[in-house]
Amino acid sequence: MTVKVAEEWLNACAGCEISVVDMGERLLDVLKLVRFVHIPVLMDHKHLGQLGNGHHIELPEADVGILTGGIKNEEHLEVALEMRKKCKTIVAMGTCATHGGIPALSNTYHNQEILDRYYSTETTDPVSSYPGEGIPALLDRCYALDEKIRVDVYLPGCAPHPDLVFAALAALATGTELKLPDKSVCNECPTFRQGKGQLSQMRRFLQAPFYKAPDEPLDQMRCLLEQGLLCMGPVTRGGCGGNKITPRCIAARVPCRGCHGPVQQDGNQLLDMLNALASNGIDIQSLPEYTSLSRFSGAHGILSPKGK
Amino acid sequence: MSKTINISPITRIEGHASIAIQLDDQGDVADAKVHVMSLRGFEKFVEGKPAEEIPRIVNRICGICPWHHHLASNKAVDRCFGVTPPPAGTKLRELMQTIAHAEDKLLHFFFLAAADFVMGPDSDYAVRNVIGVAQANPELATKVVKMRYMAKMMLEKLSGKAIHPHAGVAGGFCRPLLEEERKEFLAQMKELLEFALFTIQMAKKDIFPQYLDTVKSLGVINTGFMGTVDDQGSLNLYDGTVRLMKPDGSLTEFQIQDYADHIGEHVEPYSYGKFPYAKSWNEGFSMDLENPKGIYRANTLARINVADSMATPLAQAELEEFRSLFGRPAQATLLYHWARLIEEVYACERAIELLMDPDITDTDIRAEVEPGAGRGVGCVEAPRGTLIHDYSTDDNGMMTRANIIVGTTHNLGPMNMSVRQAANTVIRGGEVSEGALNRIEMAVRAYDP
Repeated sequence: MTVKVAEEWLNACAGCEISVVDMGERLLDVLKLVRFVHIPVLMDHKHLGQLGNGHHIELPEADVGILTGGIKNEEHLEVALEMRKKCKTIVAMGTCATHGGIPALSNTYHNQEILDRYYSTETTDPVSSYPGEGIPALLDRCYALDEKIRVDVYLPGCAPHPDLVFAALAALATGTELKLPDKSVCNECPTFRQGKGQLSQMRRFLQAPFYKAPDEPLDQMRCLLEQGLLCMGPVTRGGCGGNKITPRCIAARVPCRGCHGPVQQDGNQLLDMLNALASNGIDIQSLPEYTSLSRFSGAHGILSPKGK
Repeated sequence: MSKTINISPITRIEGHASIAIQLDDQGDVADAKVHVMSLRGFEKFVEGKPAEEIPRIVNRICGICPWHHHLASNKAVDRCFGVTPPPAGTKLRELMQTIAHAEDKLLHFFFLAAADFVMGPDSDYAVRNVIGVAQANPELATKVVKMRYMAKMMLEKLSGKAIHPHAGVAGGFCRPLLEEERKEFLAQMKELLEFALFTIQMAKKDIFPQYLDTVKSLGVINTGFMGTVDDQGSLNLYDGTVRLMKPDGSLTEFQIQDYADHIGEHVEPYSYGKFPYAKSWNEGFSMDLENPKGIYRANTLARINVADSMATPLAQAELEEFRSLFGRPAQATLLYHWARLIEEVYACERAIELLMDPDITDTDIRAEVEPGAGRGVGCVEAPRGTLIHDYSTDDNGMMTRANIIVGTTHNLGPMNMSVRQAANTVIRGGEVSEGALNRIEMAVRAYDP
């Protein structure tokens, strides 16, 4: 039996869809188990009928509806509501869908400020009014999916690793529960810790971390936080490295920025990180700014114009 | 009675857009417009953030071409801070970008565009997609998926992350390439080059000849072109001088920091996306099909039109054959696909050159960086066109201003024109079929928006 799947992207970048394609040959196996009935990036099923004469967005019924991206305009909202209506299970795929993602950084500004900037860059011709004909109006802010519709399965990641996407699709196709890691990135990080040191300041990532040789294994490199580099590992859900386990940023000797979202779905990466730093004697004033700590999880009211 | 046809959304493209076609009382096309539906506000919300973090934020503009945003941003930040990466740092960045080009073109050709040609423009939508193509050609599908996966895994192996990378860092690259990785990647890139050559030969033999009439008629418009060349006038994807070609083939060149003297962005009421145009032609902006003003195109066909030659031998041979058939500049919109496959050959050859460069495994990959005040313009040729990131920073190296011109947007004016041209051709007297509407979308898909 094949499982019917509908997929849509909302306030999104297509990275999650590419992660589906990046499963490699497993994609061909997945296609034997699932039947896509709607997926705009790959397939020509339309919102307003195949002859373009409909008036309301209409999606086919499906067992599983996968949504990527947050909700930032009226069309995103209409698609999300229609998807909820037509699908038995809704999967929020990617950190934009689960927590707003990078686009929710816009929540520290009013729409007027965003439009004023975009339509007044040095190369833009002067305009008397902003576009609005036949395009969806912006909502007041960028919402995570579960602020607007009920979500059954959360699959964070920016983008989720293809291994994780494969595990999720396999679980959905076989009707088994998807188990996400419930520990932090640090739990999977191979670097070593020496315990509390004399560290009181965080450095910006302007130099490489210390390690002895280019081919030195990661487990011989000291924890990047202990080296004084801000790393969001402690407040970020693990699993980003897929089957290879090692967190993807650490694999490149680069500190984590939190793209897997908070460890618990309702966590707050910004507050949790500031608390973690402060309780370890770090002067949080040494950070250049705070908003970026919520760069992946600014929906759910966490980032707002007054809080910037 | 007049009516509107809404092709919503345009499918098998990378972004969010729709087409509205207005029919007059006779059922002929009165007007057709492409609506760009999305506005996220990157130029605003990067303000106030540490500049060195921006390449890890703006890559989220596009999940299909994150490497290109990442690297254009890296260049802009380096220039704000007045730092030049060591040679190996620059070469590793170019290597990553070139591999990203190679996988992207396979993605577009096989996963997004091929169905129109392999299954046919009029085939049922349920099979007119990559899944239908895979069922019709299982062996080829397996090969395509394997080849693309291999390219993506090279990106992941070296830098940890293939989608939304963090490999480019202020002053250089995150980590050196090890000798055993170099050998492994070199062997894989050679395999990918073989596949690129197989693909273009197959397309020239089995696909393009069948559709030559469509190629010569569908979405054809007459415009200028933009792309980047090296100091020999050869196509370069990573760095160089920007060339702007008028429809008559005459060329002007500029350095990227002067882009604002040459490019303007027009605003239309029906699209969030802005419409770049050639301000330096001093003729304004018009999408009139008979008499366009300021309209140039970017992306593959544009790049091979503005370049005198290809810097690698096999791609050069392909360019010569292409030019002997279609001249310079070639204007037919569907030739973007052919040009894309020529660039695929170039990207593979260039990646091999880089992997044979003795500097590539040098361990000096990152220069010392002091954050500070400055302005920096960074540019690369993204798959979809000349990609410009222009930043300013304050004394503390925090972002004060950004202007970003995304590759796809150069083609918004041309796409509107091609859609109108295609709609005029395929819709007459109120007769509308699924195949006709798909042909209009094919005129958009060629631009790979």
